[in-house]
Amino acid sequence: MRAARQVGRSLPRLEARAKVTGRAEYIHNLQLPGMLYGKLVRSPIAHGTIRRIDAEAARAMAGVHAVITSAEVRQIIPSPYYGPAFHDQPILAIDKVRHIGEPVAAVLAADAAIAEAAAQLVTVEYDELPGIFDEVEAATSPVLVHEALKPAGTFADLKHLGGKRGTNVALEFRLRRGDVERAFAAAGQVFEHSFRSQPVMHTPLEPMVALAEATEASVTIHTASQSPSFVRIEIARLLGWPENRVRVRTAYLGGGFGAKLYIKLEALVTALALLARRPVKVSLTMEEQFYTITRHACTVRIKSAVDRDGRITARRCEVWWNGGAYADIGPRVTQKSGFTAAGPYDIENVAIDSVALYTNRPPAGALRGFGIPQLVWAYESHTDLIARALALDPVEFRRRNILREGRPQATGTVMRDAAIAAVLERLAQKLEWGRPFERGTGPVKRGRGIALGFKASISPTASVALVTIAADGSCAVQCGTVDMGQGSDTAMAQIAAEVLNLPAESVRIVHPDTDVTPYDMATLGSRSTFHMGNAVKRAAEDARDKLAALAAELGLPPGANVEIAELFRRRYGMQAGTIIGTASFLPSYAPPDLATGLTDNATPFWMVGATGVELEVDSETGRVRLLRLVTVADVGTPLNPRIVETQLSGAAIMQLGFTLLESMEFDRDGQLKNPSFADYKIPGLGDLPARIESETVAASQHSGPFGAKGVGESGTFGVSPAIANAIHDAVGVRLTSLPLTPEAIYRAIRAAAGDSLAEE
Amino acid sequence: MSAAPRTIRFTLNGRTVAAEVAPQESLVTMLRDRFALYGARESCGQGLCGCCTVLVDGRAVSSCLALAALVDGRAVTTIEHLDADGTLDPVQQAFIEAGAFQCGFCTPGFVLMTRQLLEQHPDPGDDDIRHYLAGNLCRCGAYPEIVQAVKLAAAKRRGAAG
Repeated sequence: MRAARQVGRSLPRLEARAKVTGRAEYIHNLQLPGMLYGKLVRSPIAHGTIRRIDAEAARAMAGVHAVITSAEVRQIIPSPYYGPAFHDQPILAIDKVRHIGEPVAAVLAADAAIAEAAAQLVTVEYDELPGIFDEVEAATSPVLVHEALKPAGTFADLKHLGGKRGTNVALEFRLRRGDVERAFAAAGQVFEHSFRSQPVMHTPLEPMVALAEATEASVTIHTASQSPSFVRIEIARLLGWPENRVRVRTAYLGGGFGAKLYIKLEALVTALALLARRPVKVSLTMEEQFYTITRHACTVRIKSAVDRDGRITARRCEVWWNGGAYADIGPRVTQKSGFTAAGPYDIENVAIDSVALYTNRPPAGALRGFGIPQLVWAYESHTDLIARALALDPVEFRRRNILREGRPQATGTVMRDAAIAAVLERLAQKLEWGRPFERGTGPVKRGRGIALGFKASISPTASVALVTIAADGSCAVQCGTVDMGQGSDTAMAQIAAEVLNLPAESVRIVHPDTDVTPYDMATLGSRSTFHMGNAVKRAAEDARDKLAALAAELGLPPGANVEIAELFRRRYGMQAGTIIGTASFLPSYAPPDLATGLTDNATPFWMVGATGVELEVDSETGRVRLLRLVTVADVGTPLNPRIVETQLSGAAIMQLGFTLLESMEFDRDGQLKNPSFADYKIPGLGDLPARIESETVAASQHSGPFGAKGVGESGTFGVSPAIANAIHDAVGVRLTSLPLTPEAIYRAIRAAAGDSLAEE
Repeated sequence: MSAAPRTIRFTLNGRTVAAEVAPQESLVTMLRDRFALYGARESCGQGLCGCCTVLVDGRAVSSCLALAALVDGRAVTTIEHLDADGTLDPVQQAFIEAGAFQCGFCTPGFVLMTRQLLEQHPDPGDDDIRHYLAGNLCRCGAYPEIVQAVKLAAAKRRGAAG
């Protein structure tokens, strides 16, 4: 009998009951017998050399097991530098500190309160050095964050940088299409603007946490990580061990958003556990997360040529990414987002320079969008300004210029399964764009704005999955995708169940454990539904084929209606045996040419997201009230429509925080002034727009599992520029720097009236 | 650390218990370390996110800021008690039906706060909900679904009462 369709069902999350009862497993909860807590001593300065570390008082405190510095770490890991793109980040600072909050020493104690108190007793003397904090200045500054570049060797486009000295530039991505200079010279009109994005933090509510336990022969790391396979490879490299002696497992994550990617606390807890010969847990506080990873601050200079018909003929984008003191995945953000820096427009002549820079700020990495929200902020604010200058309707101006199916994008890759036009039209329809818009009365003005963004998936990346059938016919999926709230467990169960004709609720998802679950590149960049979804689908098909082969071996005619448990009984004479289906998925990819950035195969799929906003601005206070926030996206065919909708609105709300509320504020010395929820405000229910609507357009990703593709980031793309465009529409002022605070808006209103307020 | 621990007695999820607690020990730490209750979680550590919400004498409290010693003689209820009889509370059921969470880390706090909201406002409007739950944060941004869940739970409770 055929079960009802499993994909396309709005099935509640498999773990829903565990989550509402507080019983879901998080690494946050984990405690092991004999465990020590590690508390970190962090740098109070942004840049300096370490003259002396005095840990005597801390070591003498009752209950302290050990105080560890880089000297001890190097006894077991001679070259303790890690990172996905560059091996530049020391487990604990060596000779030098490069950002506020950098870990310098770790105190171990069985009682966390003792470890914390003892950490206060460690004194470190520094010789302070001048710091470099601005990404544009870093490109030419004599202040150097690193003496020499140390690429990891895993990325071909970074290899040539090995040993390069005298620079803060960690990667320069260059794209050249057509001849922008000639097009600018010939253009009817040229527009140029600059935009800035501020540094922000993911603030997952489960703060980063890792726990390691070691034996002579192996190490087990329990970690709230989005990338268990990467952690295993990196720890094995650091220790000089084979991968099979390193076990990395995760549980549910209390949020990730890119903060828990690649390697964060895992090398530290491994070193501490090996040195202490006891299990060691390091749990960060909310404050410490701000020193660990952030989203890139970014400056974009963008220039466009437009012809008489309102067609964009050329665009140049210069992008400076503030990578902080350690590269993390910044160089990949720089390159991958560089592919689409010119926006979802059909432009004949494009020049893009996207540059990753080291500075003395806390490291920056991936955060929900991999750089795309910062770029869309720039190109969609710019697009709106051009439309205004040309007195063209913003929807109409986009309509004339958008990339359509079958047309080559800036890299030369032809657009396939990217419903850009459909998304734009649906958004305009939902906003009733053609109708007159109520403008408000008195000091409260109303405005509306739209913005449209797109993203290439990170490539090439691999996923491997196992689908096992037990002798009673029950099914388990073993895969390395980490469920951090996006609902991947449920989606993978739906895919396997669809293939195997089972109810999705009956499928068990085995959580990532590198002893058990095969390789997966990572849970990032909205890649899992497509990549792991395809791997799980194929593994389930493999299991189904093996079941059919077993039936044939037992002499059953094709299509015989015999229960799976009965097949096993006939084959093994009792309830015994296992069928293991397996598959891997690696989409094709052509790396961009180093000189031109061009490639005919930049990505296995495109994500498209657009935002429409209606708002009020109080012109006497600068206060913004969002009336309506509409998200429209192309996610292919949703596997679970309810979860997809929550993903879209959740992403939009997060980006709303990055647009209106959130900003990591540094003083001139690189000191972070607001690393806590008291001073760094994330959106709460009171910050929500009066109406939030999210919708997907009818679409299919033909290479995706059952037509699906990624969804986690698409809701972020258009939020910031849509709000700035709506503010402009309401009160006639343009903000070019995030966040859009009431103060910034009020200052702009006063400046526009020729009555500027004094700077602070 | 130096000050002496003291023994406290209190009611935890309906049972009388005793614990030896350090003077500076927070309620959330005691629940985790001494009673293996993990539903209340320390996140912001400043009483600003609601992840550590528990009930003390029936009132919602941020257990990261409450000292364990102060619950001596009082009644503490955690999220784990809501389905003690094997049945989900209507609020929990409503959160599942409305899909009102993603990662789930903040969910116990929202559920406990929603119960308190519904005791005071059996039929809350959008503004009541937004105001009452403003002290609970959800970084995944499942807020639209949370508002739906609260309304659904209110309807369930009214249905059960009627």
